[in-house]
Amino acid sequence: MAKNTESNLYTVLFATGMVIVVGALLAYLAASLKDKIAENKRIEKQQNILYAMGINDNEEGSVEFISKDIVEEVFSKNITKQLVFKGNDVIEDKDAYLIDIKKEETLAKKDSYQRRLPLFIGQKDGEELYIVPVRGKGLWDAIWGYVALTEDLIVYGVYFDHKGETPGLGSNIKERFFMDDFKGEHILDNGVFKGIDVAKGNADPKNLDKTDFEVDAIAGSTITGDGLAMMLKKDLKMYIPHLKKLKQ
Amino acid sequence: MGLTKKDLKLITDPLADNNPITIQVLGICSALAITAELKASIVMSIAVLFVMGLGNLTISLLRNIIPSKIRIIVQLIVVATLVIIVDLILKAFAYELSKTLSVFVGLIITNCIIMGRFEAFALGNGPLRSFIDGVGNALGYAVILIIVGFFRELLGSGTLLGFKVLGDPIEKTGVYAYGYENNGFMLLAPMALITVGIIIWVQRSRNRALIEEN
Repeated sequence: MAKNTESNLYTVLFATGMVIVVGALLAYLAASLKDKIAENKRIEKQQNILYAMGINDNEEGSVEFISKDIVEEVFSKNITKQLVFKGNDVIEDKDAYLIDIKKEETLAKKDSYQRRLPLFIGQKDGEELYIVPVRGKGLWDAIWGYVALTEDLIVYGVYFDHKGETPGLGSNIKERFFMDDFKGEHILDNGVFKGIDVAKGNADPKNLDKTDFEVDAIAGSTITGDGLAMMLKKDLKMYIPHLKKLKQ
Repeated sequence: MGLTKKDLKLITDPLADNNPITIQVLGICSALAITAELKASIVMSIAVLFVMGLGNLTISLLRNIIPSKIRIIVQLIVVATLVIIVDLILKAFAYELSKTLSVFVGLIITNCIIMGRFEAFALGNGPLRSFIDGVGNALGYAVILIIVGFFRELLGSGTLLGFKVLGDPIEKTGVYAYGYENNGFMLLAPMALITVGIIIWVQRSRNRALIEEN
């Protein structure tokens, strides 16, 4: 038996067989788990949006979403309206949160395509909040998140996530100490959009100054931080005219 | 059946005198990349333990039918398949955990210790011994990762597993009240290399038999 394994024919047959077995196994697994995974992702989106508007199970220092079992109910109660901006049109859409931001971004590169911009309007403690989805590039891969703004367009809360930033460095953008720094930051300078920089050598490490358009960067994650600042500038900017119109 | 002394050595050897990182100098890339935090080191260790044990077992079961010309490709496919299966199952049944692990997936596939053990051990030994060898080497890898992660997080951020064990650097409590500062350099990859170097130095000065002849 052992001597057969050296022949070319055997090698080719083995390779073919292996590819078929592995391919079939993975395809079967992927297909049978697809629905479950999609459902998990949908729930996660709702949890992320609610997190940005401060509805979460955070304990001291930890990032905890509200439980899966009640998220559906809380989401429909607290998100009062979901809008989609397309050019000058505003459409109400109950499933706007399912819009794939990445796809929209790619499609928008074509001139003929009008990008759809989803916006979620939430109610919390009698206050109306605008929640804007953002998406950009970190060091290794995509980063994304949700920014909740008050009616005066001051940051109420944020949630960030990433696909593959370095563990312990860039991955810290989804930690409390970083996300909490954004609370209360202004993004408009006398009505003109400025965004928020993730700044090194920030003279304000406790982040008391909310109108400096800066939050303190994370050591060892310069490129992730710069990417995040870029993401906020690029994506929030698109929404500002719509939000101003909405307020009137 | 029971384990013989020789089998047991498969576990104890990689922990000390034949450590995959400090003696065989394999798997350095991931040891540098993810040890800025203790938590990431632990998660990575568990993931590698799993893949290495099962991978060694699979390769050992297939060892008599794998054509030697394409054995490296077969090994790669076994690792990649195992990792993807685990990733898919976690995504469906333990979504939060899979989010934490997702960044490690690529790092596991490229971990040279895994390929090294397939090549050096599993291709020539029985399934049980191969499984034990995989677990042993993964534990040896884990020990170094956790030591490096411990020092890098403690000295770099002043925390352990996210807890502020040295006090608060901004409020100036704990040791920071006496003028202690975190060494941000510890968080960067070069310091991981230097920390691994120090471990190698300590280990070889305690056991001179490990020093190579020139």
